[in-house]
Amino acid sequence: MARLNSPEEVENFRQEILSKRDPNMPCISVCVGAGCIASGADEVIEAFKAQIEKEGLSAKVDTKGTGCPGFCERGPVVVIYPEEICYLQVVVEDVPEIVSQTIKENKVVERLLFVDPVTGEKAIHESDISFYKNQERNVLCNNIKIDSKSIDDYLAIGGYSALTKALSQMTDVEVLEEVKKSNLRGRGGAGFPAGRKWEGSRNAPEPIKYVLVNADEGDPGAFMDRALLEGNPHSILEGLILGGYAIGSHEGYFYVRQEYPLAVENINLAIKQAEEYGLLGENILGSGFDFKVFVHQGAGAFVCGESTALMTSLEGRAGEPRPKYIRSNIKGLWNKPTVLNNVETWANVPLIINKGADWFTQIGTESSKGTKIFSLVGKITNTGLVEVPMGMTLKDIIYKIGGGIPNGKKFKAVQTGGPSGGCIPEELLDLEVGFDELTKAGSMMGSGGMIVLDEDTCMVDVARYFINFLTDESCGKCVPCREGLRQMHRILTNITEGKGKEGDIELLEELAETAVEASLCALGKSAPNPFLSTLRYFRDEYEAHIKEKRCPALSCKELISFYIDPAKCKACGICFKKCPAEAIDGGKKKIHIIDQEKCTKCGTCFEVCPSKFGAVTKISGEPVPPPVPEEERMITKKSKEK
Amino acid sequence: MSEIQLEIDGKEVKATEGMTVLEAAQSAGIFIPTLCHHEKLEPFGGCRVCIVEVEVNGWTKLVVSCVYPVEENIIVRTRSEKVDRIRKTIIELLMAHAPDSPKLQDLAQEYGADKDRFEKDASFCIHCGLCVRYCTEVAKKNAIGFVGRGINKEISFIPEIAAKECDDCKECFPLCPTSYLQAAFVLTKALFSPPPSSEPASEE
Repeated sequence: MARLNSPEEVENFRQEILSKRDPNMPCISVCVGAGCIASGADEVIEAFKAQIEKEGLSAKVDTKGTGCPGFCERGPVVVIYPEEICYLQVVVEDVPEIVSQTIKENKVVERLLFVDPVTGEKAIHESDISFYKNQERNVLCNNIKIDSKSIDDYLAIGGYSALTKALSQMTDVEVLEEVKKSNLRGRGGAGFPAGRKWEGSRNAPEPIKYVLVNADEGDPGAFMDRALLEGNPHSILEGLILGGYAIGSHEGYFYVRQEYPLAVENINLAIKQAEEYGLLGENILGSGFDFKVFVHQGAGAFVCGESTALMTSLEGRAGEPRPKYIRSNIKGLWNKPTVLNNVETWANVPLIINKGADWFTQIGTESSKGTKIFSLVGKITNTGLVEVPMGMTLKDIIYKIGGGIPNGKKFKAVQTGGPSGGCIPEELLDLEVGFDELTKAGSMMGSGGMIVLDEDTCMVDVARYFINFLTDESCGKCVPCREGLRQMHRILTNITEGKGKEGDIELLEELAETAVEASLCALGKSAPNPFLSTLRYFRDEYEAHIKEKRCPALSCKELISFYIDPAKCKACGICFKKCPAEAIDGGKKKIHIIDQEKCTKCGTCFEVCPSKFGAVTKISGEPVPPPVPEEERMITKKSKEK
Repeated sequence: MSEIQLEIDGKEVKATEGMTVLEAAQSAGIFIPTLCHHEKLEPFGGCRVCIVEVEVNGWTKLVVSCVYPVEENIIVRTRSEKVDRIRKTIIELLMAHAPDSPKLQDLAQEYGADKDRFEKDASFCIHCGLCVRYCTEVAKKNAIGFVGRGINKEISFIPEIAAKECDDCKECFPLCPTSYLQAAFVLTKALFSPPPSSEPASEE
């Protein structure tokens, strides 16, 4: 492939690619994102290729591995174009049927369609599925349409047209002004306006400037950046080149965590392809603009997602944050003006340049524009990535898209913003998601993690869990974070183990204040959020643990006991057989009893007791009733009637 | 370097551009407590004891004076109820590691800190990094560094370098606010120095 030397040549080449493609030719797209691969997508795609070959259809049908469309709960996801028929949880055994029915006969394989859990209706097309229907997928939508390893695929869907537009029709200042006007706010956490950040760097007197992609996605349960990096790397790269152009930078870096090997591979490949096409490197498309991009792999520290720690790490030193009283866009990487934006932020830039700031600002709320990708996980029916306009309510995200809470359980809270985010209770479910709205509610947007918790979740334990994560991930440089979190974790652990004392809440509040006010970086400053937000909305749970030694969610092991209700036990013997601690005494027609001394509280008996009996219960904050006297343990007709 | 005028504790202070608030205060004879600061070393901002209140254009915020650059017309308050409370908590957190450190004991008295407020941890190091940074920045030997991360972070001599350099230097010893460093050094030396035949083992 020869270098493209002008924007016109790109457009001509795009037409050439399109002219060779028949839009009506069937194409079997299989998601080969990390989630679907784990569910066997690689085998599925191989099976499709073999089957197509076997049936002599190779010239008539295209098979493609694509990026992640987000519905990971039901992977592997297969979409058949041009009809966009969507099959879920496809296994190798389904492949011959799909080929013979759908490809050859144009018939739908009913059993592989999505069935709406509420209405029971089947959805044939991707866009009919309730999970997708209520989303607005501007950034994620192309993932399923392209082979992420093919720059031609990206060009075919209009890729790099924002770059050609910028280089041929816009000055660097105009690109900056468009991004400023769009009020695009950083998708990585703090929500700082990207345009203002860019402008600061552009105006800084230093001639050498850098643009960086923060691809160090470290929040447990968050994978939106991963999906974009793996599924549509060119979109991020195009955004980065535009950013470089706008601020006058000639060097960009991807800081990608090495735990994302496929992302690293795809980004490296995308850079190589873009260089070959003349979309990167010297004199890009004959414009005179030079821009090079490098990839740096992070070593897996959560704190390296923090801007200054990321830059310190990129400089080759231990990933520890540094004071930020002079902002990184003025004095960042190697003390040069540096624009650092998150993967999703960069992926929005080509859209804004292509469609204009006015289009972008139509979406979203007054202060938060555009869409946001959330990773919806936890106790939710439809786990996956969801992209919604800012301003959608939490309720709509959780119920309309997420399909609500599984197993008939009650919703308790949603934890947003990653480990240092906060928990939002049921009474605030009408909250419209946006940067400022979530912060006001005591949580944050963060990078868009959304973990749904049901009634069985203990909120004190949730706080303990996240503080534990952050204690582990603290870099240890400053005292309020390193020592403060260590002590907070210790106190929270004590509370969940029934060793809480009067005054613990106040002590935790004081430690939280110290961490918020005095920590060096955003990790420490936001680390107390899991505690502060759960205290704000679930103070009664803290008090129950401390004062009554009771866990209201019946979750904290040290505070609960398992007990078999003698009136309900039918002596079926299942719990007796399954108890790994041999703590259950029973026999034929003999009411079973748990020996509390031997019980390890593993919960097996509770899980295996048939729901029609429901004899095993959890008790907290009250003594376990004394065992039934030996002479009353035999189940007779009379005791059954009871 | 242009001159900058600011106010610290009600006193007009002149500073030059590029100075930190701590340096400006020290030049005017105003005391701000520090643990990880040393005039020969690059500011670190780790202990956070030198936290102060700064008023910029009517907005009050807490900043760490050893790294916060002076700005024209800012108002600095080195003590306030909140500043004192945070300093007290920081001292208490550090006394869980080094309850016998004279420097911490002095600060504890000033701020009413209780050395037994938090459960003790069996380490005397407060991670001020003075030894590590002095060895790197001033002695330029790099014989001691931090290993590990977060609560598992500790100082450690690099035996190969320490065996060659430390005996004649030991300049980091008096910098340590807790005396932990000496113990660590002696331990490492005992473990890694040449066999007793070539060097008296009784050396402390």
